[in-house]
Amino acid sequence: MAAKATVPRKTRNPDLIRGVGKYSRSKMYHKRGLWAIKAKNGGVFPRHDARPAAETALVKPPKFYPADDVKKPLVNKHKPKPTKLRASITPGTVLIILAGRFKGKRVVFLKQLSSGLLLVTGPFKINGVPLRRVNQSYVIGTSTKVDFSGVNVDKFDDKYFAKAVEKKKKKGEGEFFEAEKEEKNVLPHEKKDDQKSVDTLLIKSIETVPDLKTYLAARFSLRSGMKPHELVF
Amino acid sequence: MPFKRYVEIGRVALVNYGEDYGRLVVIVDVIDQNRALVDAPDMVRSQMNFKRLSLTDIKIDIKRVPKKKELLAAMEAADVKKKWESSSWGRKLIVQKRRASLNDFDRFKLMLAKIKRAGLIKNELSKLKKVAA
Repeated sequence: MAAKATVPRKTRNPDLIRGVGKYSRSKMYHKRGLWAIKAKNGGVFPRHDARPAAETALVKPPKFYPADDVKKPLVNKHKPKPTKLRASITPGTVLIILAGRFKGKRVVFLKQLSSGLLLVTGPFKINGVPLRRVNQSYVIGTSTKVDFSGVNVDKFDDKYFAKAVEKKKKKGEGEFFEAEKEEKNVLPHEKKDDQKSVDTLLIKSIETVPDLKTYLAARFSLRSGMKPHELVF
Repeated sequence: MPFKRYVEIGRVALVNYGEDYGRLVVIVDVIDQNRALVDAPDMVRSQMNFKRLSLTDIKIDIKRVPKKKELLAAMEAADVKKKWESSSWGRKLIVQKRRASLNDFDRFKLMLAKIKRAGLIKNELSKLKKVAA
């Protein structure tokens, strides 16, 4: 039977000590007003007939029972959340990428995507890093921030970066070897335009700060005597 | 080589070990052969082993175990802060702190500045070499 969600009632019987209430049974009878409920109902406690049971659909007995008892896995209602973003990383922060093709590059953070990956851009004209996704674990967040006002990155999400689905080609023996010479991936124009639209505003705000452009163009490296655990980034 | 910096009431020392590392304190009393009672404006008066203290050249004029107010007044009168920050030891510590707190961007700008300075020096040097030749 469906139980209504009620606010937990405050007991009228305070505890003297755990397990011992202040008032006796008869006192509590009076406090709860059961005498008044009975008086209203003609000397008897009101009785309600049972609620008619909800109609259950007719279930046919199964045709097949498995010979061994199969254990069912426990129910798991966890929904994955995107990775918690470090407090030091906010839109416009300069990040240092630590692994991959662009290791050492200093790059501007745009936003965190729903998969948890960070959307990042060079800007492309400055250091050759395009709009790209990067994992938070492979990134050092610096305390340098670029002015992020006016930049709109709402249209980018994980689907934007999905691989383009290739059409299945019919495999003929002679065509097999010729088909290898497909055209190399040409970036579609829209992606180039997206890159430009994000970058122009960023580059403008970068150029207002002296040396920031050369800073972003240079790669980060450790020199002799630099101890990463002592460096302030 | 006689000693020049003595442990005495009023000697300013730098803490070189422990929780208060880097703090300037004043020796306010000597407890025994190894320990001193030290005090500083922003610190609760406490005892410290002499091994944790590095004596400085600065000395202020106070009586044994002064009240905190008197200590503050004496430090103001002797201008300990200014003396410390203008001494070469104090200046070195300030520079060390500044270098340690540099941002990645600051370090980059510093590198550019160093390269520029080196270029100017080399220019002048080559000019002088030409004249000498």
